[in-house]
Amino acid sequence: MMGINNSMSLGGHFTYLVTVFLMIAGLFIVIARGNLIKKLVGLGIFQTSVYLLYIAPGKLVGGTAPILNDAFQVYSNPLPHVLILTAIVVGVATLALGLALTVRIREAYDSIEEDEILERDALADRA
Amino acid sequence: MKNDLILRVMAKLLIPFILLFALYVQFHGDFGPGGGFQAGVILAAAVIFYALIYGHADARKVVPEPLVESMMAIGVLIFAGVGVAGLIFGGNFLDYFVLDQNPVLGQHRGIFWVEVGVATTVSGVMLKIFYIFARRGQVDE
Amino acid sequence: MVMMAITVWLIVRSRNLFSVVVLSGIYSFLMAVVLVAMDAVDVAMTEASVGAGISTVLFLGAMYLCKSEETKPLHKPWLPLGVSVVVGGLLVYGTLGLPEFSDANAPIHHHVVPRYLNDIKKEVDLPNVVTAVLASYRGYDTLGETTVVFTAGAGVIALLRRKRKGSKP
Repeated sequence: MMGINNSMSLGGHFTYLVTVFLMIAGLFIVIARGNLIKKLVGLGIFQTSVYLLYIAPGKLVGGTAPILNDAFQVYSNPLPHVLILTAIVVGVATLALGLALTVRIREAYDSIEEDEILERDALADRA
Repeated sequence: MKNDLILRVMAKLLIPFILLFALYVQFHGDFGPGGGFQAGVILAAAVIFYALIYGHADARKVVPEPLVESMMAIGVLIFAGVGVAGLIFGGNFLDYFVLDQNPVLGQHRGIFWVEVGVATTVSGVMLKIFYIFARRGQVDE
Repeated sequence: MVMMAITVWLIVRSRNLFSVVVLSGIYSFLMAVVLVAMDAVDVAMTEASVGAGISTVLFLGAMYLCKSEETKPLHKPWLPLGVSVVVGGLLVYGTLGLPEFSDANAPIHHHVVPRYLNDIKKEVDLPNVVTAVLASYRGYDTLGETTVVFTAGAGVIALLRRKRKGSKP
């Protein structure tokens, strides 16, 4: 909540800066770490930062949640909420498939580190 | 964990409330936050909680695997069925307002059944994935 | 939001997989809190239950099956760090063009949303606008999403059905 108050006085872009930081942190984990499970965690972080990127512009200060009620006049924009709700569920579906693939890789190669897997493939190709 | 008294008692107290909360979120999705997805996930979480405390064999007796697999498919079929019902009654695919004399009530009916379908599929899939991971872990020992 | 940034920094640096999974659960929960502050109550409930609940359970299950606890130490990742920083710079340059936080004249508030907010009482008469839009106005997308969830379940069944170790039959 403190972050939201600051952003109104810091020129309005603090939210976007934090979103971009989360995005590049997720991207860095996916590119730079070799462990498959950690890569999936990084992908999840990237996805949640994109949700924030979509929902942040929809909020109106002084508005309220988009549930119609006679006591309120101003509502925050409901359209990004619909989009992100679908995106969250699709994200968890992707995660489940990714984890199932990781389990199979573990059984086939006996390791979930990217470099070891690539080494073993290279050895098998040369053999 | 079956023999730990505190965990067993807490689980017995909490699980009915979690199931009730899942049903509440499902049916009050029209009036407050909620709807099909959240309700399906909370329902799956309640059964996973039971499986963690009492063991997978007991959980599979209470919610057997064929039931879970058919729940996955039936949810999507309910959704598509509402769409086809719109076709039968004279509108386009997934038109709700033709389902009843009063178009607003037709919308209510359509939305109700659609949310039920979504919750069924989501809870079935989450639970099935958990069952698969659990069974894999047991046999590999 | 600063707490989320700190949590993510810890995830990047941490090596023990179990702590990474627990930290990701904390991160999802903090994200749900931020979403409530942004008035996105439906999304927050879904993110809390799906991200902090189901995701953590699935990660723990997969970790138990993979039987791996630690990641290996790495060569210094200078190239990925450079790539990430460059991409981050481009993104910050892009966000400078976005409207100010909570600007009521932004384009997204103008085209379709006033029609939804005004006509819902006549056409659908449900207080929760998000559910009405999701199930009725954009119902076709929700059908697609339900099919995606079903496909993911079918895919996991296809991948992990056989119980023995070794190659797939």
